[in-house]
Amino acid sequence: MELVCPAGTPASLHAAVDAGADVVYCGFRDATNARNFPGLNFSRDELRDAVRYAHKHDVHVYLACNTYPQAGIEYIWQAAIDDAVAIGVDAVILADIGLLRYARDRHPDARLHLSVQASASNEEAIKFYHREFAVRRVVLPRVLSLEEIRYLNHRIPVETEVFAFGGMCVMAEGRCSLSSYATGESPNMNGVCSPAAHVHYEERDDMTVSRLGDFTINIYDQNEKVGYPTLCKGRFRAMNKSGYLFEEPTSLDVTAILPELAEAGVTALKIEGRQRGKAYISQVVSAFRASLDRISQGQLTTRSSLSTLSEGQSDTTGAYRRSWQ
Amino acid sequence: MTKSRLVMGPILFHWDEQRKHDFYAQVADEADIDIVHVGEVVCAKRMPFFDKHLPDVIERLQRAGKEVVLSTLALVMNGRESDQIKEITQMPDLLVEANDISAAGLLAGKPHVIGPYINIYNESTLSYFEDQGAKRISLPWELPMTSIARLCETRKSAEIEIQIFGRMPLAISARCYSARARGLHKDGCRYVCGDHIDGMDVATLDNAPFLAVNGLQTMSSHYVELSDSIEDLQNAGVNAFRLSPHSLDMTCVAQLYRQLLDRQISADELRQNLKNMSLPMAFSDGFLHGMAGAELRNTLGQGAE
Repeated sequence: MELVCPAGTPASLHAAVDAGADVVYCGFRDATNARNFPGLNFSRDELRDAVRYAHKHDVHVYLACNTYPQAGIEYIWQAAIDDAVAIGVDAVILADIGLLRYARDRHPDARLHLSVQASASNEEAIKFYHREFAVRRVVLPRVLSLEEIRYLNHRIPVETEVFAFGGMCVMAEGRCSLSSYATGESPNMNGVCSPAAHVHYEERDDMTVSRLGDFTINIYDQNEKVGYPTLCKGRFRAMNKSGYLFEEPTSLDVTAILPELAEAGVTALKIEGRQRGKAYISQVVSAFRASLDRISQGQLTTRSSLSTLSEGQSDTTGAYRRSWQ
Repeated sequence: MTKSRLVMGPILFHWDEQRKHDFYAQVADEADIDIVHVGEVVCAKRMPFFDKHLPDVIERLQRAGKEVVLSTLALVMNGRESDQIKEITQMPDLLVEANDISAAGLLAGKPHVIGPYINIYNESTLSYFEDQGAKRISLPWELPMTSIARLCETRKSAEIEIQIFGRMPLAISARCYSARARGLHKDGCRYVCGDHIDGMDVATLDNAPFLAVNGLQTMSSHYVELSDSIEDLQNAGVNAFRLSPHSLDMTCVAQLYRQLLDRQISADELRQNLKNMSLPMAFSDGFLHGMAGAELRNTLGQGAE
């Protein structure tokens, strides 16, 4: 399986290449990609240099242009595709149908991948994107179980890429307006979820309150580690009980099921985290490189060494196990 | 300006058979509504309960002069659900609303409706779906007025629709949060989502109303209420207005919005009348104004008497 690694900066891209990535994905420094965070992402010149460095080491570069263009300013997204193709990236990752049509018409030879933000979760949807826009690979939403992925791979004419490590959306990606409900900014429109500009922490008696916009996302006592208030990982009240209604503060780690993913026909593994620093990237990429190498040498099981890097220091195989649902 | 049509959206909650029957009977006999959506959007597990009644319900609504549209699942995750979508999209003489790309692809080439769960944020995507045969396009909840106006300007002939009343679907998941709140898994859910006919209230730890859980779907706690902007929406070219069914008297709600569309009552009067109806509702219109979706720009209905 191909190891697809994140880079939010040129330094992270170098780190990923050096640690054994097969592919590095990144985005331009604007709202055209789903990690539109301050101080992150690539200028045109930085991407050109990055592609040169990666290609010298036989590593591919994918450009994520995977938010939904806003009416009236689609040209910004179209220019991102034109520039990425001109720079020579190996694939463009897209979600919006208007943009897919543009890319297919304007750059018939470009390799197009369907972003997880398009939330293509079934055979007919994936066949649609293949038929209409000649998409060559689909990044599967994090809602599918291993059995469902295996079933799909037998029936679709395109490669599949699945999330292997990092932050985990519990909602179908690209179909979630929770962040904009609380803050006005969403993954689809702005490339951000639970953005830092809307985050506040308050001390209250012996407790710490984390807030997003006008809403309390969690309250921690002295013994608890305070986490970032990602909306769907918060603690809420329902039916007179408080708890992590949607998901615990946990991260995805598929190391334990790598052989099963390979057997299910998955082409590529994606590591989440373009917002992460280069030390993190190095450590995660190296660990996955080692696991994949062991599996390709015939080892049947793998164990993760990455638990200290996980959110809340706990990890999960997420929806890949059906019991998660 | 073309005539504004009122749309009764699909029932999003797991109401029991009797409640659904009564609802559609009342809509057929009493509600001043042009278009009525039927069908399950949220969870395939709920479908066996009411699917068998759909032919009769559709026939009754049609006899009452309503245009009937069959809505389909927002999240299609396995072969069985894919097959169901295929079957529905092949039914003759029935207008179908696609809420997942799988259905949109299968409906291409014949008249159909694109539902609000399909991501349409810009002119190119709108134009693509019009080319595929979409006759009515219901836009996503989080679009601001600037985008809506722009999309109305560039559409060729499709009706453009906005939801103007009811809790807003904000997310959908493979995981059932109604079941999880009871310590159950989706596979053994006991249909506990049916206990909350307007969704299960979710508050912050400070007890502020925040969200509402409806099985796989997470909705806003606040009810979107766009009466304050109806004229702007009409002037921009929006010509279909969706009401999302709740347990309060929807015939009465429909009557209020009809009067508003016909300029017989003001937004202020409409809001006051809604408040006088049974539910304790908080309203919001933030998305339309480019703010947080939970926000409300103007407080209305304080002194309409």
